[in-house]
Amino acid sequence: MNHELLELRGIGKKFPGVVALAGVDFTVRAGEIHALLGENGAGKSTLIKVLTGVYQADAGELRLAGQVIRPTAPKDAERLGISTVYQEVNLVPSLSVAENITLGRQPGRLGFLNWRAIRRRAEAALARLEVHCDVDAELGSLSVARQQMVAIARALDTSARLLVLDEPTASLDEHEVAELFGIMRKLRGEGMGIVFVTHFLDQVYAVSDRLTVLRNGQLVGEYATADLSRLALVGKMLGREVSAADFTNQAAAPAVATAPVISARGLTRRGAIAPVDLALQAGEVVGLGGLLGSGRTETARLLFGIDARDAGEISVQGGPVRIASPRDAVRLGLAFCSEDRKAEGILPNLSVRENLIFALQGKRGMFRALGRAEQEQLCDHYIKALRIKTADAETPIKNLSGGNQQKVLLARWLATRPAVIILDEPTRGIDIGAKQEIEQLIAKLRDDGMAVLFISSEIDEVVRNCSRVLVLRERRLTGEVAGAGLNSENLMHLMAGTHEG
Amino acid sequence: MKPRHPVFWPLAGLLALVLLNAVHDLGFLKVTLLDGHLYGVPVDILTQGSRTMLVALGMTLVIATGGVDLSVGSVVAITGAVCAVLLQGGHGLTLTLAAAIGTGLLAGSANGLLVARLGVQPIVATLILMVAGRGLAQLIVDGQVIIIKSSAFEYLANGFLLGIPFAPLLVTALYLGTHFALRRTALGLFLEAVGDNETASRFAGLAAARIKALAYIFCGACAGLAGVLAAANIRAADAYRAGENMELDAIFAVVVGGTALTGGRFVILGTAIGALLIQTLTTTMYNLGVPPAIAPVPKALLIIGVTLLQSDKVGRWLGGLMRKKAAT
Repeated sequence: MNHELLELRGIGKKFPGVVALAGVDFTVRAGEIHALLGENGAGKSTLIKVLTGVYQADAGELRLAGQVIRPTAPKDAERLGISTVYQEVNLVPSLSVAENITLGRQPGRLGFLNWRAIRRRAEAALARLEVHCDVDAELGSLSVARQQMVAIARALDTSARLLVLDEPTASLDEHEVAELFGIMRKLRGEGMGIVFVTHFLDQVYAVSDRLTVLRNGQLVGEYATADLSRLALVGKMLGREVSAADFTNQAAAPAVATAPVISARGLTRRGAIAPVDLALQAGEVVGLGGLLGSGRTETARLLFGIDARDAGEISVQGGPVRIASPRDAVRLGLAFCSEDRKAEGILPNLSVRENLIFALQGKRGMFRALGRAEQEQLCDHYIKALRIKTADAETPIKNLSGGNQQKVLLARWLATRPAVIILDEPTRGIDIGAKQEIEQLIAKLRDDGMAVLFISSEIDEVVRNCSRVLVLRERRLTGEVAGAGLNSENLMHLMAGTHEG
Repeated sequence: MKPRHPVFWPLAGLLALVLLNAVHDLGFLKVTLLDGHLYGVPVDILTQGSRTMLVALGMTLVIATGGVDLSVGSVVAITGAVCAVLLQGGHGLTLTLAAAIGTGLLAGSANGLLVARLGVQPIVATLILMVAGRGLAQLIVDGQVIIIKSSAFEYLANGFLLGIPFAPLLVTALYLGTHFALRRTALGLFLEAVGDNETASRFAGLAAARIKALAYIFCGACAGLAGVLAAANIRAADAYRAGENMELDAIFAVVVGGTALTGGRFVILGTAIGALLIQTLTTTMYNLGVPPAIAPVPKALLIIGVTLLQSDKVGRWLGGLMRKKAAT
């Protein structure tokens, strides 16, 4: 049964100036879930793209079920039985579920579509996954999780033997992840090989049978998941040994209670968040916990003036202030790193330098332009201090990896010397090394006397970094934990609404 | 391979076209000094092209924000009409010019309000003024072509300063002024940022709507001044024909000059070259006696050619072809 389904031998791929992959072997057996791991820039995406025909390898050999293959386009790979679901759902939101599942291969003749066959096929594809949803519904009206299921159904609609899931869980909540895992296990049972790319280690251990680790375009090794401890895995990914101390809670409450730097009372927006009170002191990291959709981001957006609030007052340094736009907020010494780096963070075609100085320049206004020397000095400083990996400061930011883009955005805000910084999922979609660096940075900012509001879906991360956590559930503030009570169990109970009292 | 400077292809196109003309007729490049004034085809191109250059300058900023202004041609007609009526009424040159620029600013503000504040799509918002503007111009001149008899006014388009035609000098000064105003302040960066990712710009604390509105207002002012030059050039306000299709020439000039219609990075020098390229082609057609009815065809071919050369995909394809040839 467990024969080799996919064998990649000595895969090499070069881009101008970069060796993305060098002599990588990768084997997936039929009937297994195989996790592909590595930091950003390790070569995961490139390997996936070679596999799915987006790129052609410069060296090496691909075999599927023993036969040499050379996919030259995604369509090619699909025909061979390799189907892919990408991180961002690549479907058409304005079309129906059935249309999306069959798009590009609709049954019909002479350019006329056979609608009945289309629906039947879509229903069959969904039934295979035991997903129940109306195939006539517009895709955009479904939750992201459901859209992901539809994307998988679409991938399986072809006669797939190998399914590639590229970070499918990035935008799913825990329940949805469990549902996805159920489907993955079912497909494994049917003898399909599944390649699972993820950043979440919990999920690797929850669902994968074996795993392959890449680092800097090279193969580190292939392991049975059960034989590799979590700490060892992290060590393999980072290329260094990690001590257990890296994961303990080092966040300390400020020694002396002082007047809050920023406080909000009765912050409300209909349909987004019920009245919330919060206060942040200088030198503390306060977490905003809760499941996806619990109102964390909504609260941050109200605080930063992105959305208009229906009621509530905000005070900065003790005095009431008017925050009607991000511009007001920035001028008052606030900073906000959005969770959606691509849509709300980076200026993709502008250089690292321009991205980095942008908020500071905005704060100064258009007439007090930063001189070129000053800009370069800022860039040098932050590229070094945050260890941003970029060819130089003039590279367009879109060419950087996710983790490095995030560091540039952090630098953008730090350059404005804010008193309060709101970090909404600052470690989402970035590799472990960058994650640790960002966590270290947060600790440093706290020690320097900045007030940090930290939003994260990863409970461990919240516990590690915060001295106090406000928990939101179903768009209202439901509790606060601090000190000894700040542990993942308490937090989970509060988030799930299963705590006592 | 390093990416080519964005003005490489438009400049190459311009040079090729000039070369073609020179080969066809050696007199093309000839510039003579007559009564202390410069004359010749290149001088004509600069003088006649100055209006398109001016409109394209404003258009560059609007396109950088990710928008487009279709109303510039109509604004040219309106300002021409305003000038003619004021001059006919015996008003002075200063007042007339102030009124013309004011009209342009007002038109730009209307566009800016619709696009930046009310969130109307740029094409729709400026289409309103494009259509209504012609009617408004007709209304101002009461459907007549008004002849302008002010020599001071005419000087703006057809006069010479130290032997050099005045209009191109004025436009060059405006290009330089705009370039420095955008690059010495942070306004250039802000425009590019808004065009590249408006949401991110706003979230970083930028008054994105204000920046966008500013681009439309500046574009209106440029069109207003171009209206003055257009009316002065023919010594008349022709509400029906003035500035006709100018929006298209301006957009061509901007795109050919290397600024993408999707917004973001803008290339002011490229726009100037793009406008000159289009004017050179128009003049070439005229000199060759190509009937005006089919003149747009070569124009279109040229634009397709230059834009194709700028495309990365075609560049790679051509690069591959050359390598293959070199190998055999």
